Amino acid sequence: MAYPYKKMDEDDFAYIRSVTACDRVWVGDEIAREYYRDEMPEYGVFPPELYVEVINKEEISAIMAYAYENNIPVVCRGGGTGLAGGATCKYGGIMLSVMRMNRIFPVDHKNQTITAEPGALLLDIQQAAAAEGLFYPPDPGEKTASIGGNVITNAGGMKAVRYGLTRDFVRCIEAVLPDGSIMNFSSNVVKNTTGYAVKDLVIGSEGTLCILTQVTLKLLPAPTCSSTLVMPFASLEECADMVPKVLELPFVPTAIEFLERELIEIVERNLNKHFPVTDGEAVLIVMYDASSRQELDSAVEAAAEAAIANGASDCYIADTPERAGTVWDVRGAILEGMKADSVSQEECDVVVPRSRIAEYVKAAKRIALSKGIRVEPCGHCGDGNIHTEMLRDKGMSDEEWKSATHACLKELYALSKELGGQLSGEHGIGNGRLEFLEEFVGPRMIQLYKAIKLAFDDRLILNPGKVVEFNK
Amino acid sequence: MKIIVCMKQVPAGTKVDIDPETGAMKRLSSDTRTNPYDLFALECALQLKEKLGGTVTALTMGPAQAESMMRDAYTMGADDAVILSDRKFAGADVLSTSYTLSQGVQLLGGADLIICGKQTTDGDTAQVGPALAEHLHIPHAAWVTEIMEADEKCICVKQKLASVTQESRIPYPCLITVDKDICVPRLPSYLLKKKTARKEVRMVGYSDLPDQDMSRYGLIGSPTTVERMFAPPEEKRQVYLEGNTAEKTERLFAVLTERKII
Repeated sequence: MAYPYKKMDEDDFAYIRSVTACDRVWVGDEIAREYYRDEMPEYGVFPPELYVEVINKEEISAIMAYAYENNIPVVCRGGGTGLAGGATCKYGGIMLSVMRMNRIFPVDHKNQTITAEPGALLLDIQQAAAAEGLFYPPDPGEKTASIGGNVITNAGGMKAVRYGLTRDFVRCIEAVLPDGSIMNFSSNVVKNTTGYAVKDLVIGSEGTLCILTQVTLKLLPAPTCSSTLVMPFASLEECADMVPKVLELPFVPTAIEFLERELIEIVERNLNKHFPVTDGEAVLIVMYDASSRQELDSAVEAAAEAAIANGASDCYIADTPERAGTVWDVRGAILEGMKADSVSQEECDVVVPRSRIAEYVKAAKRIALSKGIRVEPCGHCGDGNIHTEMLRDKGMSDEEWKSATHACLKELYALSKELGGQLSGEHGIGNGRLEFLEEFVGPRMIQLYKAIKLAFDDRLILNPGKVVEFNK
Repeated sequence: MKIIVCMKQVPAGTKVDIDPETGAMKRLSSDTRTNPYDLFALECALQLKEKLGGTVTALTMGPAQAESMMRDAYTMGADDAVILSDRKFAGADVLSTSYTLSQGVQLLGGADLIICGKQTTDGDTAQVGPALAEHLHIPHAAWVTEIMEADEKCICVKQKLASVTQESRIPYPCLITVDKDICVPRLPSYLLKKKTARKEVRMVGYSDLPDQDMSRYGLIGSPTTVERMFAPPEEKRQVYLEGNTAEKTERLFAVLTERKII
């Protein structure tokens, strides 16, 4: 079984239509091009043979059972906002969209949880929780992402410094396995040592182990106030040096980000979104949430004093939602700004220990420069997840760009490893980072990954060729 | 260059309590903030000061609680802050508010340029700025979306009016009201906050103003009577359109036409 997969024919199409509905199935050229790729077409553009929009777990189960019997690959798709080339049909077959399964069930106040189907938008989950005075913290920035996609990629985002990742908020999962069986991983309990932690393994598996059909998420009481500080520094390195100083304070920040002036100017130039602070070659953005005004004021004062003591030219305080909006709007528009400012992009999503951020940033710039690439390090420096964005300028040939970025990535990954970091902090492996994985984690780890994959998906039909590759 | 920026403290949220007996807004019952449009006005003033030199004075009419807003203006870079505060000013409509402000401007010795926000988020009339200019007999341009040029003698502005875009060159003294998004207001500075923590916010009462005719101020000076103030009922309805794409498009067109949306 597995490679080579069956090429789908009319009988297969007819079967999928029979277990779903004719107006929810598209084949061949009828399939919209947007389903050929995710947000990073650089990591592969692959046409599915059939695209189906399912409406319940029974349909998913029937499709999986059929695909399992007939050796047809299946890729589950949420909002399609991934950045690793994960939700693409690398080997053709079925693309199964869960975006119509988007129900959000009423908040369970006694358990402080919310349950939703995988196609529900992250934004809607956040709003549903907020309407009940509660808070779903994971916020990867892409609000049109689906909650299923967030869970299956263990989305992180800016607030991970204080609240953690998506995995920290998933209570339980209902999913369909590649053979069509419907499973529950954990239940709505606060702790669980029953057997292996399969729920936590499935979270972040990038759609290679199962298809989510329902998730239950933990909620927190909503903070009552928050403030965002902008600390301008003379260089990005000084910003990075400030990070441990902020973390040493007796207040836990919600987010710590940094931005270089050049990157701010890219957003201003291309998207006409202006940053409210004009001084500093680089800025550190620190956000605090609090349950009282007094607590917030103490945190803000301590951080502002620390910033000035460590070389910031001032500390600007965005103390209202509108003011904070002007800061985060620019931060949130970076990817879009860079896309508008370059022919194409490559991204390194490494995560390093927080104590080594400054070292990483300095070395990363040196490495990129030596390869002749424009590089913009930015991102979640509060958790060590530095997005090192490489931008392709006009005039660079395909070959030059490819070889320069490849060489650059190899060195950046080696650097991350040397500093005790990891290859990907939040975007995942997908198809885009697959070629670098084995060298990073080593052959024994790859063996483990493969064994895990086979335990769930012995016929390798679910999102094949992502995270682990058997066809080499 | 002497610039005065008119500001107002408004309720923070979109929901405000209304006194059922008087029909007036309960201003002290909820959190407050600076009228967002006035932050654009203040930023424009600070940018002009940086370019041309001079001073920026923040001026408001309101209760003593407005001091927090004025302290905020200091942290953005205002040089002076004045609150026109007196029980006699209470209950003012557009006419008496703008008149009181005009008296405040005169007390401050006038200004080369007065900048107001286009409107407030509570009163929403967008009339106070132009009315103030009329009381002062100075030219004005409302709904300014761009300051194209400014020097020691005059200012050139672009206004987006209902159906036309107008560019005007106005000599000082004059008044402009600025639209949102004309610029991005700077954030309060922690260093300025510390520096201005003890700086005085001047309080000015009725007896300080040049015109002592009581009938021009507050409720007595307000010809407007508010019969009733209420929040319009909120309604959210969902319509599901069935059928194929063509049928759904037809239906959508019919629904939007019925509701006079298109």
